[in-house]
Amino acid sequence: MYVAVKGGEAAIRNAHRLLADRRRGDRSVPALRLDQIVEQLGLGVDRVMSEGALYDRELAALAIVQARGDLIEAIFLVRAYRTTLPRFGYTRPVDTAAMLAERRVSATYKDLPGGQMLGPTFDYTHRLLDPELAEGSEVPEPELRDEAVEAMPRVSDILGGEGLIEPDGAMPAGHVTGDITREPTEFPMERDTRLQALSRGDEGFLLALAYSTQRGYARSHPFVGEIRIGEVELELEVPELDFPVTLGRIRVTECQMVNQFHGSAKVPQEFTRGYGLVFGQSERKAMAMSLCDRALRARELGEDITAAAQDEEFVISHSDNVQATGFVEHLKLPHYVDFQAELDLVRRMRAEHEAAHGGGERKEAAE
Amino acid sequence: MERRSERSDNMARKTAMAAFAMASAEDLRILGKEAGLVLDAKSLRGPETGLVTVRGRIGGGGAPFNTGEATVTRATVQLASGEVGHAYALGRDKEKVRLAAILDAIWCSPSGREVVDQRIVAPLMRIQAERDSRRHAEAAATKVDFFTMVRGED
Repeated sequence: MYVAVKGGEAAIRNAHRLLADRRRGDRSVPALRLDQIVEQLGLGVDRVMSEGALYDRELAALAIVQARGDLIEAIFLVRAYRTTLPRFGYTRPVDTAAMLAERRVSATYKDLPGGQMLGPTFDYTHRLLDPELAEGSEVPEPELRDEAVEAMPRVSDILGGEGLIEPDGAMPAGHVTGDITREPTEFPMERDTRLQALSRGDEGFLLALAYSTQRGYARSHPFVGEIRIGEVELELEVPELDFPVTLGRIRVTECQMVNQFHGSAKVPQEFTRGYGLVFGQSERKAMAMSLCDRALRARELGEDITAAAQDEEFVISHSDNVQATGFVEHLKLPHYVDFQAELDLVRRMRAEHEAAHGGGERKEAAE
Repeated sequence: MERRSERSDNMARKTAMAAFAMASAEDLRILGKEAGLVLDAKSLRGPETGLVTVRGRIGGGGAPFNTGEATVTRATVQLASGEVGHAYALGRDKEKVRLAAILDAIWCSPSGREVVDQRIVAPLMRIQAERDSRRHAEAAATKVDFFTMVRGED
């Protein structure tokens, strides 16, 4: 027998109205404007863009307000929005060596062309809460230093000269760049496709996996070759023009991780690399991504697969927080019929068990 | 020879279109007005907003991979005199992109190129260069100047 159940429409309507009220909060407090979020909660905006896999600062800010600051909900909103838009094409690959960098540090070389530039970093702050911020006091303008723009070659290119480090990752000739938004996920996965999944992966999940590799699960002896944050230009080839058209600039964070490697049956001793590239300013995410990228290259480099971080099916299948939250959170939706069926089954099995073992008295199990 | 001039025309147009893409709608409107241009044209396509997939390269210089998507708005317009202009820019500002397409169409007209280059592209590039050089100076002030402490005897 199947009984259709309807109901809850008024309850849902009122719940959403209550949500809107709670989102707005105390009406005597001014409502947030999107430009305030874009300007003053910029790293939250960056996280939503990175994991929402959609670069648009205002949309990310809108999503954050709509989600009441729940960033995973905001990421979900951004992902849903992107499905409503047509796609114009693939940009030409960004050139991070030509980045207008705001931050650039290397943990492997002290003196390198372009220098060590700290930029707007939390590093070396004392992590003491600042009561002045609560009072909204004015902030001085940044210090300026006039100097010519110096070329800032990638550290990996500097190291590459000696042949002690593997080159930038190549794919076999004729390889078509994978796209997880177009093709179903399949394992084993190529490195380019994995990087796309990692770039939108949950920061917390990737951070924990990266941490696990440092603690000895798939040990990889990493050094930060370089982290750089800044703006890169986007260009798109379009049929109506004979040249790639400039779309503007986006801010990205890039991490070049350099890893000790003792060589294997397949590869001689050299430094190997992991790569991270994410939207916005997020070096924690870019670093975690590069550590995961390196760990996931175990198969390619002929390493033993012993840890979770090396298992691409495990990592990639669970790195997307929109998928993860969808599946975990669906458990709270009505499962009345499923549960009734389970309940019936348990009751019947219980009855059979009791019949077989005589009355209500429990006896020792046979085995 | 002809091919070379076509190439340099393309480069000049690319530069102009890039300047429009990085400008704000307000800058385009004000500069267009100051240059005495009529920013009106028939729409052939859009303005419409869509996505581009942003690509990076493995290791910075290796094989391409898809990093994520970005919103882009594009438009195509035609002037009464027949010239067709295109515009593409990151974001969702349809008015800006419409103005940019009109300016591109004017740039393509025989009499329009010089005006657009001098009165619009040049000031936009100056604004952008000033912004970039200030950003660079701010970042450069956070550069580490290492110095070595003399230790031990001699």
